[in-house]
Amino acid sequence: MKPRFAAPWFLLLPAALVALWHFGVELRWVTEGTVPSPRQVLQSWHTWIFGSGGGKLSLSPYSGTWLDNVAYSTRRVLQGFGLAALVAIPLGLAIGWSRFAARVVDPTVQLLRPVPITAWLPFAIAVFGIYDASALFLIGLGAFYPIVVNTTHGVRDTNLLLLRAARMMGAGAGSVMAKVVFPSALPSIFTGLRLGIGVAWTAVIVAEMIAVKSGLGYVLWDAYYVGRMDICVATMFSVGLLGFLSDRVIVWGSRLLLRWRTLEAHA
Amino acid sequence: MIQIAGVSREFTKNGRSLVALQDIDLVVREGEFVALLGPSGCGKSTLLNMVAGFDFPTGGKVRVAGEAIREPSPQRGVVFQEPALFPWFSVMDNVVFGPKTRGDRAVDYRPRAAQILEQVGLRGFEESYPAELSGGMRQRVGIARVLMLQSRVMLMDEPFGALDAQTRSLMQELLLSVWERHHQTVLFVTHDIEEALLLADRVCVMTARPGRIKKSIDVRLARPRALEITASPEFNALRLEVLALIREESQRAAVQEK
Repeated sequence: MKPRFAAPWFLLLPAALVALWHFGVELRWVTEGTVPSPRQVLQSWHTWIFGSGGGKLSLSPYSGTWLDNVAYSTRRVLQGFGLAALVAIPLGLAIGWSRFAARVVDPTVQLLRPVPITAWLPFAIAVFGIYDASALFLIGLGAFYPIVVNTTHGVRDTNLLLLRAARMMGAGAGSVMAKVVFPSALPSIFTGLRLGIGVAWTAVIVAEMIAVKSGLGYVLWDAYYVGRMDICVATMFSVGLLGFLSDRVIVWGSRLLLRWRTLEAHA
Repeated sequence: MIQIAGVSREFTKNGRSLVALQDIDLVVREGEFVALLGPSGCGKSTLLNMVAGFDFPTGGKVRVAGEAIREPSPQRGVVFQEPALFPWFSVMDNVVFGPKTRGDRAVDYRPRAAQILEQVGLRGFEESYPAELSGGMRQRVGIARVLMLQSRVMLMDEPFGALDAQTRSLMQELLLSVWERHHQTVLFVTHDIEEALLLADRVCVMTARPGRIKKSIDVRLARPRALEITASPEFNALRLEVLALIREESQRAAVQEK
């Protein structure tokens, strides 16, 4: 039985949290001045987006500069993530498919994987300097691991019968890879991409806080230094929103490419 | 056509070795339909996998058309117990997988695919995906794609085992009509006595592990055959004969397990 009307239940918890936040600030549950009220955040965010005092040399860096910073961060995420996918997917296919590749590459990947992306920061800055390359390195490395691991896993999960069927019909190694192994691993690859884009947004904030002088991560840290907690919170929301949107884009892409899977789910 | 000479297959698991097949000798002549019948675990699928090129004997030789088998080939089409279709391809793309992968031209294989799909009763389902089909229809696709290969040897591993009784009879009749038309050399693995007798020229009854061929029984029933033949006295006599053999083996297998 379907309910007769679908109440927007998903709004209940956010509304409660915002209310808690609002009253927490109004009733001084927290020390005055440490946490801005929701209204303050909204106003500052509005100015940050639509304000006219923009320009990098202006004295008010939080007026009209939102889009620029979003663009910086988004471009870095897309470049780093794209690079990671470009390397991680073929490598994952190789590790999952060839025992030799697994023996040569996999131990190194597994050994380096537990090193947190934050621990690479000094190394990245020392090698690449306070430039984009540092940020791209950190973002790419962070996104690389979940993509490579999930791709490998997907390849290894390929149904043995399907491989036999393909070989029985005369498919060579290339065809087996392109027509059987890759499509079979694709759902796993998309899982890796979704995890990867999440890590990429984490990495971009960390990298921009320290390794470059633009983007949302830079704004976040800078605003904290000058005591603009309202901007900090607005930045947090901005990053959350961008992360959510980029995840939706990947999900949309996977629905498009994995139409056969939705058929299976309904069967 | 298929020569299995002194074939054994031993598996090693956790340091213990297990003889799945021992000293199998079997010759399937060109155009002959042979059923391998035996209790579960007797190694009949293992034997079929060795003819297909998915597995290799630890002793003896398997030859097809005089050549030792090294790898799977479209000359030996296999119908699996599960349909094993590619879920990301439509029915048509599944059926033309062989010729398309081989690099044949679409103008050459498309009309033949349409004809074969018609033959197995799948016309109108060309653009459907495997997930949208019933179990019986999926297995028809599994048969159609092997027919596309034009293999002289067809290997079938309990292809109708997972289907309900009604669908199974329909599929058996379909297979009979297909075979009447092409007369491929068929090796058909099953544990269903009636199925083996209805379809095959010869039924090889296998022993419980280690698998050996206990007896080879010629099925001299007139062709073309239809389901009605299973009600005839000749069929019944054969059925009882095979049943007695199988019973012995099932009991032996049960004793082994204790």
